[in-house]
Formats: sequence, structure tokens, C-alpha cells
Amino acid sequence: MFPAAFDYSAPTTLAEALSILAQRGDDAKVMAGGQSLIPLLKLRFSQPQLIVDIGRLPGMAEIKRDDGHVRIGALARHVDIERSKELAKLIPLMVEAVHWIADPLVRNRGTLVGSVCHADPSGDWGSIMLALNAELIAQSSKGERVIPIDGFFQSPFTTTLRPDEVVTAIRIPVPAGSAGGSYHKLERKVGDFATVAVSVQVELDGRKVKKAGIGLTSVGATNLKAKKAEQALVGHELTDDVIAQAAKLAAEAAEPKGDTRGTAAYKKDVVRVFVQRGLKAALARAQEGKA
Amino acid sequence: MKVTMRVNGVERSADVEPRVLLVDFLRSNLLLTGTHIGCDTTSCGACTVRMDGDPVKSCTVLAVQAEGREIKTVEGLANGAALAPIQVGFHEEHGLQCGFCTPGMMMVTSALLERNPNPTDDDIRWAISGNICRCTGYMNIVKAVKHAAQMQADAAKAPAGAAVAGGGE
Repeated sequence: MFPAAFDYSAPTTLAEALSILAQRGDDAKVMAGGQSLIPLLKLRFSQPQLIVDIGRLPGMAEIKRDDGHVRIGALARHVDIERSKELAKLIPLMVEAVHWIADPLVRNRGTLVGSVCHADPSGDWGSIMLALNAELIAQSSKGERVIPIDGFFQSPFTTTLRPDEVVTAIRIPVPAGSAGGSYHKLERKVGDFATVAVSVQVELDGRKVKKAGIGLTSVGATNLKAKKAEQALVGHELTDDVIAQAAKLAAEAAEPKGDTRGTAAYKKDVVRVFVQRGLKAALARAQEGKA
Repeated sequence: MKVTMRVNGVERSADVEPRVLLVDFLRSNLLLTGTHIGCDTTSCGACTVRMDGDPVKSCTVLAVQAEGREIKTVEGLANGAALAPIQVGFHEEHGLQCGFCTPGMMMVTSALLERNPNPTDDDIRWAISGNICRCTGYMNIVKAVKHAAQMQADAAKAPAGAAVAGGGE
């Protein structure tokens, strides 16, 4: 299998990339590692006239602390996250979750930013970014725009990114105080898309929840943020009852479709169970003093 | 467009369309058919090659993305007639039945042994988790990699200049 013919451009400066997108953005698709895009091109589900390969832009593979955030450049690969000592310390949820993403070979090429921009509702990173309240830094020839992750996903494979924009980095607030997260994923084998996955992050103030994030994978037209469930946690101690109530609200927020991997009702129940397990794991980690 | 890369230490170039996949560039343009095409959907790992050291699925890399990069394929493992330790491992421990997945398995595990010269069974199983063997010879593949690791460790301990079985690479 090979893709339909396309023009190819591999700019070596951001300015050049932005100028190409300003002119031909409507017909173009930006590619970083290509681990989601190339399979779609090969199946001809996607047939852009122009591929803008940003893989040669300098200085975009960094993972670095930036005020109260960690900034992850558009060319930082999954494997870079997997090996990042800084992230293991600051946002361990990401390092735990990355092991669930694709397989070791794909992780050597694919990127966090590319995966989020690809906006596959079965993608793992989207729901993790929703739980962590990340922001995307988008650049165009007109300037820079900061896009909160909440609202970024519009429908399957569709985001609010404009055709002339490229996301150059993702910025994730560093959880403060006693915080913990967890990622639970049901998959049939390594490299499989999630049947259901749930991402959870909590920050505690004493025994009470100060901030909560819950992201859902593969149970809707986009990765979902379970806002009612998050709100049900804030200000409360994570008792079994509070956890059960949040899990119920998250399951209600899920909009799965039944398929060969399970019925819609089954998937909703997996959401409920994973939110419960996730919150208990997150609580235990927060109490251990792990961020 | 013209694409140039180093393949197994030799600079190679060809004029290809941007849509040509790295695996097809290797097999059709360079006639290096040791790299196999299995699923062609980023699932099976039969097409695994090393790109700047990292094992990658060459069915999911465009040849133009490999411009200027260092590619290593299964043909680059042996040193002349002398098999690389990983090849000796697969040979002696019967790490293959039909052999279709073997080039990919060896490229992945050669990278593993460089990062982690003394892998546990779990490390090996984790490293090959993106590669499928449909003869289900995983048990022997794990043994083959451990055997290769042991040979490398023994070679490192051997006095300088001593002949080493399966040395090379």
C-alpha cells in the first residue's frame, strides 16, 4: 500500500513552515513523526495535496520546565517522554501512560503533539491532556495563540486548529502539592487502540481535592473531559462514596458505541470501574507524596 | 525527488516520489529484500529497520523522511561471513521457524542489547512487543536474545584478540 501522490515540503525553519501554511494551508497536512498520518495516507482516508514535514525544524524536541509548566515541543517523541527523568518527577501520570501508547517502535517516531493534533477519539494522549488541563501553543504567520485543550477537539480527527497554524508545543501545568494521577486502559494487545481508557489526575489540599481532571478515551466522538465528575470531587475528601459518585457521573458522560469489543453499556461500566480504580490509585500516590 | 541516506554504512541515493515508503525504497530501489513487508499497517514489525539507531517500522516512514539519516537493515548485521551475536543467538536457539518476522526481531533486539546488554525476559518481551511472530516462537526468540547477550558478555570478558564465536558487527 502506498499513499495517493502528494507534494512534499520539509522546511528547516519555523518561519518557512508558517509561510508555506499561510499560502497552502487549506490543501496541506502537517506531519511530525507520521505514525498516525502515514497509515491514514496509505489507506487513502486522507489525501492532502501537500505534506509539510516539520521533522527538520530545530529546537522543537525539548521537554523543559517553563514557570509553573512543563513545555513539550512538537517533535518530542513518545520515547522521549518515556525516558524523561524530569517528567517522571513532575508529571508521573504521563510517564505511566506512555507505556500504553502504541508499541515501542511507534513510540520511537510518534510525537505527543502530533498525536493530540491528530484528534483520534481513541487516542490516549488527548484524554491525558484533558485530565491535566494542558494548553497548546499554536503559531501562524499572524502570530501565536494559546489554545486550552478543553474545547480543542471538535469531532473525530477534527480540532479548532486553523489550516495556517501549526502547534509548536504543549504546555502542561505542573501539579502542585500532594498530587497523583493514573491511566487505566483496556486493550486486547500491545499497540491496540483502547476499548476504553480513563485518565485521572488529582491535587489535594490536606485531605480535600483542590483540582481534579478526568479524561475519557474511546467512548465518544472525541476524547472527553468528564466535567461533572471532576466538579463532584472538588472540595471533597476522596471517600468511597465520593469516588463512587464521580465514577457514576463519568460513566454518564461517556457516549460509547457498541462494537465487537463490547456493548455500549459494557463500555460505560468500564468507565465507571476505571474512574474508581483511577481515583483510588491517584489518591494513594498523592498521599505517598509523589506528584 | 532525490533522496540520499546512509544504508548499512554506505551512502545510497535514488530519485523517488515523496509517497514512497522507506520499506519500498529499501526493497525496490536498493534491492535489500531482507527487510520484509508483513501487515503493511504498522502492526507487525516485520519491516523493522534502525533509523539513527532507533528501531522503527519502515512501512510507516516515508523514504524522504530518512533523507540524511543512518539506516541499518538486517543485511548490515553480519560482518562478511561472520554472523553478529544476535544472528548466532537466533540460529543456535532456534529463534525462528518460518523466518518471516526474524529480520525485524533481530533489528529490534540488536537495539535492545545496545541499550541494555543484560536484559531480563520481561525486558526482551517488552522490546519485541511491537513485533509479531505468527509461528509463535516467542519462547525461543527470548532464549535467542538471552544467548546473544551472554555471548556478548563473554566476548567482553575474553582476553583481547581471542577469537569469539559469532563475533562481528
